[in-house]
Amino acid sequence: MTNVIEVEDISKRFTIHHERNQTLKERILHPRSGSSEIFDALSDINFTVAQGETLGIVGHNGSGKSTLLKCICGVLKPTTGQIRLRGNLAALLELGAGFQHELSGRDNVYLYGSMLGFTRKMVDAIFDDVVAFSELEHFIDTPVKFYSSGMYVRLAFAVAVNVNPDILVVDEVLAVGDERFQAKCIDRIRHFQREGRTILLVTHQADTVRAICDRAIVLDHGNMIADGPVTDALRIFRERLLGDVVDHRPGGSGVVTIDGLTAASGSFEVRHGSSLRFDATLTCDHAVSGNLVIEIFTRTGLLVSRNDAEAAPVTLRPGVNKIGVELADVPLLDGVYDLNVGLVEPQGATMLAWREKAASLQVLYDGRSSGVVAIESSVTQW
Amino acid sequence: MDEPSSAEQRSLVASPVRVVSARASLRTRLANLVERRELLLSLITSDIRIKYKGSALGLFWSMLSPALTLATYYLVFSVFLKNGIPFFVVYLFSGLIVWNMFQSAVSSATGVIVDRAGLVKKVSFPREILALSNVGASVIYFVIQIAVLAIFLAIIGHAPAWSFLWLLPISFVALYLLTASIAVVMSAITVYLRDVRHLMDVVLQLWFWVSPVVYSYENSIAPALRIRGLTALYFINPMTPIILTFQRIFYVHTTVRSTTTGLPLHILPTWSMATFASVNLVLLAVAIALFLVALVIFGRLEGNFESEL
Repeated sequence: MTNVIEVEDISKRFTIHHERNQTLKERILHPRSGSSEIFDALSDINFTVAQGETLGIVGHNGSGKSTLLKCICGVLKPTTGQIRLRGNLAALLELGAGFQHELSGRDNVYLYGSMLGFTRKMVDAIFDDVVAFSELEHFIDTPVKFYSSGMYVRLAFAVAVNVNPDILVVDEVLAVGDERFQAKCIDRIRHFQREGRTILLVTHQADTVRAICDRAIVLDHGNMIADGPVTDALRIFRERLLGDVVDHRPGGSGVVTIDGLTAASGSFEVRHGSSLRFDATLTCDHAVSGNLVIEIFTRTGLLVSRNDAEAAPVTLRPGVNKIGVELADVPLLDGVYDLNVGLVEPQGATMLAWREKAASLQVLYDGRSSGVVAIESSVTQW
Repeated sequence: MDEPSSAEQRSLVASPVRVVSARASLRTRLANLVERRELLLSLITSDIRIKYKGSALGLFWSMLSPALTLATYYLVFSVFLKNGIPFFVVYLFSGLIVWNMFQSAVSSATGVIVDRAGLVKKVSFPREILALSNVGASVIYFVIQIAVLAIFLAIIGHAPAWSFLWLLPISFVALYLLTASIAVVMSAITVYLRDVRHLMDVVLQLWFWVSPVVYSYENSIAPALRIRGLTALYFINPMTPIILTFQRIFYVHTTVRSTTTGLPLHILPTWSMATFASVNLVLLAVAIALFLVALVIFGRLEGNFESEL
């Protein structure tokens, strides 16, 4: 496959002015005052994306993922290195960034299209599709200043996905719009995938990456720490996220580790409909209380269940602790599932400990239903 | 939904490769500008649309307001003040058209990148297009004003210097490039020094009064400089030759007889057509060079936009 994006040794350095000497007077009077700090948002990033791939870029806030995306789109110029792109690119960095409030939706579709690099003729050809997709038939000649934020975003998204770019770049915009519109966007993205287009998706929602991407790269403080299959990349992402939390904990003590899970029956094999008991072994160096999180994933990365952590409070004593867990009446169908176990602080979502793939759950099912869970269905002829 | 249409599956092996890196060569910058000309047009039309949005007369205002200005000048200078120069309003307006184009483009472009920071930080396109779109809008108004002048000339029966008319496009292109160069550079400098915007208002005022628009060339310090052999000094102001060319074309006369005293008045330099042509061609060459330099300067300055906006 042809590489459509080649990122070579990209670094981006920002100079942060702590005191902005913006006016001429200040510059002349205090030419050197005001401290500035150098901040490396990206250091030596290298990767390529082949045509038809859907690449997820994940990282915590401030990891440089948006900077990287902006460099790829050409909004930012990298400090060193270069990016080579083949084919045209539509970026959804901030939906409707180019809209002119005074102009009608119609005029803005043309204006936005030309900002994305498409000619008037190309926009003419897709105009009706754009309007249909955005569902704004009745408002297309209304100035966009009267639009609600949802309408605004719908119109922008509709333009970007209907211009049929070779590369679509999406930056956390899927979080907007109502659920139905989100589903429509995801649907369109899948359609793009089937058409062999290349998609770059930036998000910090692991679930979105798992659902859409073929491959993911993980950024951490401007460095690329993983590049590979989604499950591997996400495991590294979560571990790094946790590592940060531990590093930044005031006092530095209170490290909790999840040593492992041991099944009461000796193996993590469970028959459909029956219960599974296991113990989680956690070690900590001083008393900690938190809530236990248990996630079950399919091997394809679909989240089957995440428990209500609020309802699973635990108090750990210094030393080794055993916590009993019961998964009651497992409704899963035949297959292997991954168990992730974590400990979060009682309030908020700060993770104290996390163990990805702590165990593999093997479910045995004798019935003929297929899928992930069994839903009893009966048919009655009246 | 499932069947991919044929165009979609096209392989991108043969597609041209675009490179994003810290520095783009001048050739790439020019190529990008040409490639994004559609965007330039959209920005110009949206600028104009927004300007006249909601007004009943719309774009007609852009014709009406210069016409009213022309009428005012006529009343003031030819009816009330009687400065003795026949058809003074034609003289004034032919210079003012040039100045208006320059002034409106430069003053609107100076703050354009700061004002549209949201766009600059989110959408990729050659940033100089923002400044160029302001220049483009000024060109549209310029053309409208020329039309108003032409109609006015037809009404009062004043013929332009037909033999000089071919200089108009040369002079106009020089004016466009000159205006664009200054607009592009100022738009970038303002990002770093916000004061420039206010400074520019003052500079433009001053610049207006050192250009022979309201007074005539022969009434300026130019004759005094000529005696000392320093004529070139007066032409450091690149607006001067353009304004003189427009005045020569539309006002025609170099020397006129005063309508009040009957004495001869020197108005324009008594240059031959060859002199006008060579002045304009030299200016055009200078303007092309300036435009390229402006693009290079802009390229250097745009690298740090994001940390200043």
